[in-house]
Amino acid sequence: MAATLYDKVWDEHVVKTYADGSSLLYVDRHLVQEVSSPQAFAGLAAAGRALRRPEAHLAVADHAVPTTGRGRPMPDGLASRQLRRLEDNAKASAMPYIPMTDRRHGIVHVIGPELGFTLPGATLVCGDSHTCTHGALGALAFGIGASECEMVFATQYIRQMRQKRMLVAFTGRLPLGVETKDAVLAFIRAVGVGGSAGHAIEYGGPAMAGLSIEARMTLCNMAVEAGSRVAMVAPDDVTFAYLEGRPYAPAGAAWERALDHWRGLRSDPDAVFDRTVTVDLSTVAPHVTWGTTPEESVPIDGRVPDPDAEADPARRLRLQRSLDYMGLAAGTLLEDVAVDRVFIGSCTNARLEDLRAAARVVAGRHVDRRVTAMVVPGSAAVRLQAEVEGLDRIFRDAGFEWREAGCSMCVAMNDDRLQPGERCASTSNRNFEGRQGRGGRTHLMSPPMAAAAAISGHLADVRTMLA
Amino acid sequence: MIPFTTLAGIAAPFPDADVDTDIIFPARFLLLLDKEGLGKHLFHDRRWREDGSAVIDFVLNRPPFDRARILVAGPRFGSGSSREQAVWTLADFGIRCVIAPSFGEIFFANCPKTGVLPVIAGAADHAALMEAARRGETVQVDLETQRVTWPGGSFAFEVEEHRRRSLLQGLDEIGMVLADDTADIAAFERQRAARTPWLEITGGAGRIVAGDGPA
Ligand code: SF4
Repeated sequence: MAATLYDKVWDEHVVKTYADGSSLLYVDRHLVQEVSSPQAFAGLAAAGRALRRPEAHLAVADHAVPTTGRGRPMPDGLASRQLRRLEDNAKASAMPYIPMTDRRHGIVHVIGPELGFTLPGATLVCGDSHTCTHGALGALAFGIGASECEMVFATQYIRQMRQKRMLVAFTGRLPLGVETKDAVLAFIRAVGVGGSAGHAIEYGGPAMAGLSIEARMTLCNMAVEAGSRVAMVAPDDVTFAYLEGRPYAPAGAAWERALDHWRGLRSDPDAVFDRTVTVDLSTVAPHVTWGTTPEESVPIDGRVPDPDAEADPARRLRLQRSLDYMGLAAGTLLEDVAVDRVFIGSCTNARLEDLRAAARVVAGRHVDRRVTAMVVPGSAAVRLQAEVEGLDRIFRDAGFEWREAGCSMCVAMNDDRLQPGERCASTSNRNFEGRQGRGGRTHLMSPPMAAAAAISGHLADVRTMLA
Repeated sequence: MIPFTTLAGIAAPFPDADVDTDIIFPARFLLLLDKEGLGKHLFHDRRWREDGSAVIDFVLNRPPFDRARILVAGPRFGSGSSREQAVWTLADFGIRCVIAPSFGEIFFANCPKTGVLPVIAGAADHAALMEAARRGETVQVDLETQRVTWPGGSFAFEVEEHRRRSLLQGLDEIGMVLADDTADIAAFERQRAARTPWLEITGGAGRIVAGDGPA
């Protein structure tokens, strides 16, 4: 029977299917971070249980790490205690662990692919909702809660219901100054947050072959903002070229054998999807969010919507609440909105290609004097390579701060955060209330658009700066 | 796991749409290492001012809702991050059941692990229950019969059988898998080693081993 990519990888990992339709899936890989693991380790210890396969896990702290002063000891506090707990737990359970001073350190969703820990056709979980990012390489990857992390520690299994399938097909080519971040914001705006709930997304279509792994990761990363736990791209030559030679990728004869297998990991031509959405990349404009959910976005030449024009009272209320929180008046031109801070970072958009695209906008220009701007690379490897290419100089010369890798102001668990009322142009994935600090106001956009906002001092159309 | 059979109590009306896990439990409290004692941070930034005083018109700060056992929430409740703290904070506050038109998927899956029952309600049932909640009526949730009941009405709800059974009996799911499935797991691992051997992680060049220091 014709099968989708999702079904193929799923079927390869099912050991048991129960009467209610749920299945026990084998978990090949588990990324472990400091926020969702301490209670799982504690639960395991309390029950006197051991890890089934310590080598199948990889521990790294990313959420709470500082992005400056890595050489100095951290002051004692909640964050340093959380980081120490992860290190102690990893060592006590013989789990591979990457300290924040290591050249392989970074955000879980950036280093998994970088190390080749993420592989096509593998199942990968992490106590983090953006685990869907790893689907860009053809892995079946999804976020789980702490109790489920404990289950994976003890058994290498997880119980899941098979999802429906949704194909998001891309056609055309992105215009100059437009990124896959814009395409995925446009997609989320079209289907709504929760619009793809219950569906495993496959991103495909004729345009996919022309998209880099970095671009695919941005797409997969944001799938959860539309409501999907899972997003995948069929592995192809772009994927194989990306993976070859990475530390955890197979080598030699094993590589050839894996390639044979991976080439079969694609949806059959007559596979049936429960839903199909098509996005023509050539018609996408740079998008910016104005509200407090990722669906609340408009193209940069648009205006803040007017709640009074909304017929549905529940939606009107929702809209008004967003505008109140964001401190925006209905009808305001997006380009008239001044920003205080700019954050180029996060597992959505802090890979090398993202930094290069932002640097192209920044080169030879200077950050507006009212703006504080920073670049937080997604990993140490990204930072080091960017420094080799001189990108750090471009950013620093323009007035950006150049930081060490981590989640930073995507989640504001370390010292990088907005003050109440501050407005930020951000390349991250969530513009939720308080996400970047209590009372902070987040506008999501692509790295070049964030760079344009930094230079202009307000939300700006990067296309006019690239001509 | 904490069992859930029936529950009767005050239901707090909280109709806002898109109450994500950052609203339920702001990220800065994720630095706390324990499951217990998180209830004071539930809806923190909506519930407490910056000086720590209560936002008096926030629903959970008003009697009788300050002792709510049930939350009647809006669409897409618990969307966003996978943080299970969002469930622990509800449970620690005393809320053991959330009833909404739809949920964030990971939040929904996390709820039963701490004995919190998520119930999906159709539009008409949800609206009627929201009104009953506003009136401060006692609402009863029965997982055996899968019904929500209040003085003026009731409706039936669905729940996946394995979730229902583990909630009713407070089962230790990990213990069950270890008891029932260990042989199958080992057999699967042998099969995997033969079919997709590159998925086995062994030591080797560039791989990270336990206790590996800075490079
Ligand atoms: S960068 Fe942001 S979204 Fe990504 S893992 Fe870190 S906190 Fe989560």
